[in-house]
Amino acid sequence: MLAPADLSPPPHTQPVSRTALCRLTGLGLAGLARLLAGASARWIASQPDTCQRVYFANHTSHLDALLIWASLPRTVREVTRPVAAKDYWSGGVVRRWLAQEVFDAILIDRTDIKVHQSPVDLMLREAGTNFSLIVFPEGSRSVTGEVGEFKSGLYYLAKKRPDIELIPVHIDNLNRVLPRGEFLPVPLLSCISFGPPLWLERDEAKLDFLARARRAVLSLKE
Amino acid sequence: MNDIRTIALIAGVLLLLLLVTAVGQFLKRHPDRGIDPAAVRTFNLRIRGWWILCSVLAAAFWLGSTATVTLFGLVSFWALREFITLTPTRKGDHRALFWVFFLFTPLHYVLVGMNRYDIYSVFLPVYATLFVLARSAVAGDYKRFLERTAKIQAGLVVCVYCLSFAPALLELPIATAAAGGRDANFRLLFFLILLVQFADCMQYVWSRVLGQRLVAAAVSSSRTWEGLLGSATSTALLAAVLWWAAPPYQPWQAAVAGLVVAVMGFAGGMTMSAIKRDRGVKDYGTLVVGHGGVLDRIDSICFAAPVFYHMTVLVTGG
Repeated sequence: MLAPADLSPPPHTQPVSRTALCRLTGLGLAGLARLLAGASARWIASQPDTCQRVYFANHTSHLDALLIWASLPRTVREVTRPVAAKDYWSGGVVRRWLAQEVFDAILIDRTDIKVHQSPVDLMLREAGTNFSLIVFPEGSRSVTGEVGEFKSGLYYLAKKRPDIELIPVHIDNLNRVLPRGEFLPVPLLSCISFGPPLWLERDEAKLDFLARARRAVLSLKE
Repeated sequence: MNDIRTIALIAGVLLLLLLVTAVGQFLKRHPDRGIDPAAVRTFNLRIRGWWILCSVLAAAFWLGSTATVTLFGLVSFWALREFITLTPTRKGDHRALFWVFFLFTPLHYVLVGMNRYDIYSVFLPVYATLFVLARSAVAGDYKRFLERTAKIQAGLVVCVYCLSFAPALLELPIATAAAGGRDANFRLLFFLILLVQFADCMQYVWSRVLGQRLVAAAVSSSRTWEGLLGSATSTALLAAVLWWAAPPYQPWQAAVAGLVVAVMGFAGGMTMSAIKRDRGVKDYGTLVVGHGGVLDRIDSICFAAPVFYHMTVLVTGG
């Protein structure tokens, strides 16, 4: 997959060299999350790859991003950055350290969105030509476990970078492991399904595309 | 492990396993024998499962009773998570479930390891039940209340309480010098597992050979009355032949135990089939290839263990 040549130089083109402690914490947390959530990863008509991708998933629990990240093979994990809410992940020293140093997350300010500094631009600048992203197009965690309507960010991502593969991801049962508003997990078995990539079609309308992307996530539920 | 009976039992099981492995490999290499290749594949996967089961048990036995109790505790924990995963609970049950997994289940196995029968025999069925009821009520969600709490309780009783009677056999006072010391307890536990596995197999074999009348077609399409009868008779025979391995048992008592274990194992299989049918799934999980989930493997032993435990107590006392 070739990247457009006219892109401005990204902030870092190499996987950031992080300290041993951060790597170890990352590995430990990934292992713990997978053990606790009994997560099994399924690739349906799809393969793990280090090419630039956007993983978009339904959002049910605080563990979602961690678990998707943990379900990827290590080589893929190193070039994958979760996109997370700044208001939550910059609160407190531990959370900020986890988000910035361990997971190398891209923090988005949900409360103060400026026109010249849109979240999509920020994501694309941080992703550069190397990094894949994990996004939750619903915007916030679902209360009921149903998949809500997708916000338009995914469409603009696809429009501005048509070369990036969009991988639908369905997260099953994680809302029972750690529901919204709870802080103690119940160790049930969950399942992360990765689907085949999709792209924005030529002249595809925004709402059509968002509905198609949402259906792609839902279809992985079986 | 220097009792002659222990060595004989290990050697016998090892020989049997090698034999069936050889048969399985022979059938795999000669697909022209007119036997369904899918059946051969299932057979070979099952044999692989037995090798894994025997290796894990051997390692646990070698490490001692604490390791064995811990192993069964982990199996219970995993089976319970499979059970609850398939059970539709609501958010109001979250806190109750947290304590069920991280307090009641581990503590129960600690009590089993300490041989406190007086406490652990009521700990889950009484105290955990009361706790789950009260905790879910306090959480404030009354929808399908009795149904939800009953499901959690059923999971606890089958996956944790009943299964724990298998490692509890290790604490029974049968380790006399004549019985071969501590070896006797491990042989007793292995005797139970062997009978359950054998009964499962015989149930399948007799159903295939003679099976005519299904017990409950809607629940299980493979379990027949002929299979049950054949399995109960064969298991009783095997138990009578192996009576020397299970210390307090006389041959006729062992035969009765074999019969009861086969019937209880059948009951366990039917019960789990009914739950799976209701939830519309075939297996509980995918840990060992070809063996479904953990719960699919232990359903028979969960039902047989408490009955076998109390029969042993009866035989020892009388």
